[in-house]
Amino acid sequence: MTTQSTAEPRPQVQELDRVTIRFAGDSGDGMQLTGTQFTRTTAAFGNDIATLPDFPAEIRAPAGSLPGVSGFQISFSSNDIHTPGDAPDVLVAMNPAALRTNLADLPPGGALIVNADAFTANNLQKAGYAENPLSDGSLKDWNLFEIPISTLNARALDGLAMTSKQVDLTKNFFALGLMFWLYERSMEPTLRWIEEKFSSKPVIAEANARALKAGYAFGETTEIFHTHYRVKRASLPPGTYRNVTGNEATALGLVAAAQLAGRQMFLASYPITPASDILHQLSTYKHFGVKTFQAEDEIAAIGAAIGAAYGGSMGLTSTSGPGIALKTEAMGLAVMVELPLVVIDVQRAGPSTGMPTKVEQSDLLQLMHGRNGDAPIAIVAPATPAECFDYAIEAWRIALRYMTPVAYLSDGFLATGSEPWKVPSVADLPSIAVEGWTDRETFRPYRRDPETLARPWAVPGTPGLEHRIGGLEKADLSGNISYDPENHHRMTQLRHQKIANIANDIPDLQVYGPSRGDLLILGWGSTYGAIRSAVERLQAEGHAVAHAHLRHLNPFPRNTGEVLGAYRRVLMPEVNMGQLRLLIRARYLVDAVGLNKVRGKPYRIAEIEEAARLLLTEGAAQ
Amino acid sequence: MTAETLPVLTRKDFVSDQEVRWCPGCGDYSILAQTQKTMPDFGVPREKIVFISGIGCSGRLPYYMATYGFHTIHGRAPTIATGLKAARPDLMVWVITGDGDALSIGGNHVIHAMRRNVDIRLIMFNNQIYGLTKGQASPTSEIGKKTKSTPQGTVDRPIVPLSVALTAEATFVARSVDTDTAHMQETLLAAGHHRGSAFVEVLQNCVIFNDDTFAPFTAKDVREDRMLVLRHGEPLVFGKERDKGIRLDGLRPVVVELGKEWSVADLLVHDETAADPTLAYILSRLTYPDFPVPVGVLRRVQAPTHDALIEAQMAEALAKRGPGDLGKLLLAGETWTVS
Ligand code: SF4
Repeated sequence: MTTQSTAEPRPQVQELDRVTIRFAGDSGDGMQLTGTQFTRTTAAFGNDIATLPDFPAEIRAPAGSLPGVSGFQISFSSNDIHTPGDAPDVLVAMNPAALRTNLADLPPGGALIVNADAFTANNLQKAGYAENPLSDGSLKDWNLFEIPISTLNARALDGLAMTSKQVDLTKNFFALGLMFWLYERSMEPTLRWIEEKFSSKPVIAEANARALKAGYAFGETTEIFHTHYRVKRASLPPGTYRNVTGNEATALGLVAAAQLAGRQMFLASYPITPASDILHQLSTYKHFGVKTFQAEDEIAAIGAAIGAAYGGSMGLTSTSGPGIALKTEAMGLAVMVELPLVVIDVQRAGPSTGMPTKVEQSDLLQLMHGRNGDAPIAIVAPATPAECFDYAIEAWRIALRYMTPVAYLSDGFLATGSEPWKVPSVADLPSIAVEGWTDRETFRPYRRDPETLARPWAVPGTPGLEHRIGGLEKADLSGNISYDPENHHRMTQLRHQKIANIANDIPDLQVYGPSRGDLLILGWGSTYGAIRSAVERLQAEGHAVAHAHLRHLNPFPRNTGEVLGAYRRVLMPEVNMGQLRLLIRARYLVDAVGLNKVRGKPYRIAEIEEAARLLLTEGAAQ
Repeated sequence: MTAETLPVLTRKDFVSDQEVRWCPGCGDYSILAQTQKTMPDFGVPREKIVFISGIGCSGRLPYYMATYGFHTIHGRAPTIATGLKAARPDLMVWVITGDGDALSIGGNHVIHAMRRNVDIRLIMFNNQIYGLTKGQASPTSEIGKKTKSTPQGTVDRPIVPLSVALTAEATFVARSVDTDTAHMQETLLAAGHHRGSAFVEVLQNCVIFNDDTFAPFTAKDVREDRMLVLRHGEPLVFGKERDKGIRLDGLRPVVVELGKEWSVADLLVHDETAADPTLAYILSRLTYPDFPVPVGVLRRVQAPTHDALIEAQMAEALAKRGPGDLGKLLLAGETWTVS
């Protein structure tokens, strides 16, 4: 903050607990970058944060069009927060299309900052506005700030050897600078980033830095904003933090798992939204002994991963729902040959191609049951972006210890959303190493560990253990082909029991709130934040409401039935039509009530709160 | 590897304890026997050899080999082999497949394994029929073929396996016949000693569903006149009397009689090591009855293998960045400390 005193009246500083900002503009306007920079700065400042990017599926939708709008929402607070915010307090709209697609989310009275220069006849028409909303009075319910961002920015860059188009591309930094001023953030981290990023292009670096500073100075020197805001540091538990998206945390967790297991990791993948970033990131970790392979298709990817697993590596494949559909036969093979394998599914809205960039939790039943035959696999699902790290390791722990495929279910919200992550110390991470089998005297391809029922991992290259495996039913112990009815029955039971036994080895389902009460809200995956916030609000009002969140979806924690039975009602919000609810009802005969929304968006806290209130009042009326 | 861990192996060392269950008289027996016979020649210990198969009658072969074996799913053996070889460059990997497995359901994978020069030996048993599912048309069945699924004859034009392998950039492409055991051994040996993607088509007789389909040119009494045995560096001569040959008229191959208008000097000379696959492709198009059916090695060229290229990148990354430090990686980027 500047300390120089001026004659002009200083804007007032108002302290807030929590602020939610949404940056929205054309996908060519650099909104994701703006959002990310604001996030890094805010995270490093020490606020608790949660972010939600929202980008179009089209790589280059026509400029200024409604489908081309890209958004990034960040919520930051001096308290512990769990979601990117139900509704923004501030909307930064860089063009009419961004205004039109986002305005409905901005509550009346919210701050609306627009780039007035972008409201040209042409852009208004592309956004479907008959009248200019800036002048027709339709925005009177909001606190409107019309700023000629393009013009001001161009003026700041005057004299640089750049085309007007290049100049225009930097206007997002002007907006960012303005927001930095408005919320008392330092420009330093972004200035450093610009310097590094454009070190070989000094003119571009200079332009972006100037744009950023100009936006900041504009806030400081004009009197448009009477107030600027302060959101104090959050009191997070002590430790070193960094901001991570779910995909980043997943990739880091996978590398960590390889190190903890002391084995080569082999990721075979086929590009698919929103999972590709895991492939991108792991392909830069070769110095950790991680091999990556971009296969010709989804089936080849899982095939190669199984081949690597057969050879003693940590075979891994990453994809989204349509990819899982293609991999199902091979997953059945992995069940049959009982090799460790992790299948990462970053879920997106389906069916079919669906809405690739939008969130959904609708692959659970596909992974649970989507194979021919009785072919159980273990399933884990992280609840927050940071938790993706832990569950990537947990997926591997189970896969290696039980010699089984494990599905790891993330989703588009976790994958691209971010939050502060308390970086663990490597020494505190669990050891998940397992030994390969080498003893030829006692070797039988399908003998089993009495506790885990895992078969030996006898990899090619081990002398004396030459044996054959395959997708045909195995004779117990010898692994030879068998059509014996009794043997098939026994082997099916063993495969089932092996997965069921994992329940002995995972933590109990934890309950947040009273251990008995009127209502339990049970969730899984990325609904965690909204459910937790809703439950906090209801508890603050004195309701006997608790939250439980399943991270192990197959098998369930051993106390799940007990927890479900301790509440009068059970509410299950899911971003699908009730997939976990089906499993829970079938398994525990509990009359759980579903809250089901599939709009390609995460739940808002209020939606869950409302559904919970309804059940609470129903209960009271009985 | 010390000398004592490398005992001299014989065919018997590669015979597993499993009872062979193909139909009596099936061409697969001969392929299995030649495969077992050639194994000792490679000097690779048994535990370092892996046979990976897909689905079909051919898919059973790994069970009969006393090596490591993996009978996988339909069409996907090349993918599993690709992953295994990339993860474990020290292993010698064979893929056993059939015409339906390799060129119908698994066509995509064969193409990509070949173009990547994955160091695998892919042996495709071509019997021009689906045997295990009891007799439907395969992608190599001749047009018009009447089968259970095509009672009026198939309307699908057949695919030429060798042409596919060549256009997919396989670095080794060869063909042999189940009935010619000596030639098959020779071919398997050449494939086994090759480094890179080897594609071997074995014309295999299915006695049950497509008996004698190759007999018109493979039968003992006619084969010398109707087949062309390719030898590197030698002119394309064939016939019982060695009196016929193949010459090129522009890019068009023609059969000529030797001794009158044409002499051996006019014939095309086979060069399996030619970098340009054009001549090999022309050979792959020769079909009976217009031409003698070529057998032998069509192409054998050296190129960096997939696993070697991967290892080179691993080494490069390691040299550039040093061994990865997990603690540092987790703390990379912008961090802040709360005390
Ligand atoms: S069906 Fe044909 S290919 Fe299959 S085992 Fe019998 S003879 Fe051989």
